[in-house]
Amino acid sequence: MEKNKHFLVGVFSDHDDLLHAIEEIRAKGVKIYEVYTPYPVHGLEHALGYKRSWMPKAAFAFGALGTTLAITMQVYMMAIDWPMIIGGKSYLAIPDFVPVTFEMTVLLSAFGMAGTFLVARDLKPHKVPRIFDIRATDDKHIMAIDLAANSLSEAQMTTLLKEYHAEEVYRRDFTDEENSPSFISYVVDLFTNGVTRSSRISTHR
Amino acid sequence: MQIVSEVREPLVIGGRTVKDVTNDIARHVENPPTRLWLICMAISILLLGVGGYFVGDLAWNGIGRWGLNKTVQWAWDITNFVWWVGIGHAGTLISAILLLFRQKWRTSINRAAEAMTIFAVICAAFWPVIHMGRPWVGIYWVLPLPNTFGSLWVNFNSPLLWDVFAISTYFSVSLLFWYIGLIPDFATIRDRAISPTSRFFYGLLSLGWTGSAKDWMHYESVSLILAGLSTPLVLSVHTIVSFDFATSVIPGWHTTIFPPYFVAGAIFSGFAMVLTLMLVTRKVYRLENYITLEHIEMMNIIIIVTGSIVGIAYTTEFFIAWYSGVEYEQYAFINRATGPYWWAYWAMMTCNVISPQLFWIKKIRTSIIWTFFLSIVVNIGMWFERFVIIVTSLHRDFLPSSWVYFTPTIHDIMSYAFTFGLFFFLFFLFAKFFPVVNMAEVKAIIKDSNPKVYRARRTLVNEPLPPLEELAVEKEKTEVR
Repeated sequence: MEKNKHFLVGVFSDHDDLLHAIEEIRAKGVKIYEVYTPYPVHGLEHALGYKRSWMPKAAFAFGALGTTLAITMQVYMMAIDWPMIIGGKSYLAIPDFVPVTFEMTVLLSAFGMAGTFLVARDLKPHKVPRIFDIRATDDKHIMAIDLAANSLSEAQMTTLLKEYHAEEVYRRDFTDEENSPSFISYVVDLFTNGVTRSSRISTHR
Repeated sequence: MQIVSEVREPLVIGGRTVKDVTNDIARHVENPPTRLWLICMAISILLLGVGGYFVGDLAWNGIGRWGLNKTVQWAWDITNFVWWVGIGHAGTLISAILLLFRQKWRTSINRAAEAMTIFAVICAAFWPVIHMGRPWVGIYWVLPLPNTFGSLWVNFNSPLLWDVFAISTYFSVSLLFWYIGLIPDFATIRDRAISPTSRFFYGLLSLGWTGSAKDWMHYESVSLILAGLSTPLVLSVHTIVSFDFATSVIPGWHTTIFPPYFVAGAIFSGFAMVLTLMLVTRKVYRLENYITLEHIEMMNIIIIVTGSIVGIAYTTEFFIAWYSGVEYEQYAFINRATGPYWWAYWAMMTCNVISPQLFWIKKIRTSIIWTFFLSIVVNIGMWFERFVIIVTSLHRDFLPSSWVYFTPTIHDIMSYAFTFGLFFFLFFLFAKFFPVVNMAEVKAIIKDSNPKVYRARRTLVNEPLPPLEELAVEKEKTEVR
């Protein structure tokens, strides 16, 4: 798959500036590739026009699975496979099954949803993130615009970003290796060449 | 009529910027361990080792080493279990219930409180496991495994089995919630790392997080639902723990008030433990700008509320024992207050009912020394509460010839000390290698905490303004090295 390589990066300090810039820039017909922020910015997904998260549906589906499994398990074990009289109660003591059913619903719902989230967003320990600007996890909001997807020229978009209070605007090009990085070569490179960029020191790009 | 609410004090003081938040929190992870940390760690490991010897003895020789006897079959073991589980309630309450109620002040304390929850639940789980006598087989005794595996199906009518499901679900969901919250902060530390080793390990932990808007959107949805799931979960856990007693036929145990009373008590003791730990962490890590006096006051208010609920529960129990007309029930309660364990009962009443009422005085609930002292008093009181419920209801059973007085042995004391060693060992590890404050969440409220924004808001509602310098005065004290 051919991945995008050439981006224009805008750096913002204030999230209100960022939200304003997103609205204005999108209104001018510029397509924004993605925005990276150090903390959740309220209203960012609306400004970018994203659809609502579908995680609640995953949570519900897994929760329903948990309820079903728990009821099936308890009814089968207590009333079908090996019925025993305990305290003179009926085999199918439904109220007694409520706590475990509840706990299993919560357990499957929570883990199912979190697992769905990690898989859907491709978050995994051996993932090598493609980082536009390393300060995105520190204190800057980073807007990435794909140059190939837009009809405006690089210079026009730079002016536009500056107009809406981007502190810095620069071009960022990714190599094929950076676009689809291999974990092994990342680790080898890390331990042979050391850390090249850090948001703690000034060499952030 | 227009009502203008008072402008709240900023949640983060000292004019911290987003960059300052990263520096203030991440530097504790990045700097080499301090001498104080090493000393604390050494003490915890010592406690863990010495306690571990006695725990090993318990596993080798059996739990007859404890002071239990045929009348008092449950004593310190289950007391400690309920006490630790109770402590483990505050973290999820802070992160889940306060998230649903949009209480932003929780952002500075939720990370450490959740960590405390997880470690407390580990310490709690230790008790039923060691109590099984043969813990290596006990692990599968509690699982719903087929009859052909060696035993019958587990009994789903038993509250003890509900407990297995409740505690393990609570532990794993809390751990998940905590970890999901840590991912963005691990990414921050990964991107700040200078050494390849920490870049590598925090890289693994951060799961390749970049902070893209789409990730955040799903992340926030996941957090909100986890909070929604954890809220009934946290209430269910201590409810089910109370069922261990409430579904029995022992006078003093089989009361319907137990579930709400246990939950209130759990939140009460949990907040006390959060305060004890946070006041120390705040001092050692110089987090005065993040955990302000207002945070401490908020937690103390929760302690007054839950402490009063617990106090009402104690009196209600007495009233119902009298009102029921059941003389066994009445005797159980009179024996609690005036019998051989009167000292434990009155220690509980003093620590849990009287002492938190001091927080009605503003000077005391905003005083760090008082808060620290009373938080320890509350934890002692809550330990006695469980001891009173468990031991005084058992020690004079149905036959006066078998009435006994329970005394703990060295094994009771040292296995309790072992759980303290375990708890502090884990907590100190956490405090060194993980960010103790949720950086991403604190950054999200930093703009509202800006002194200029705060002043502007007060001007809007015509409140008198404090001088700008006063808000920034803390900044110098905790300047980044």
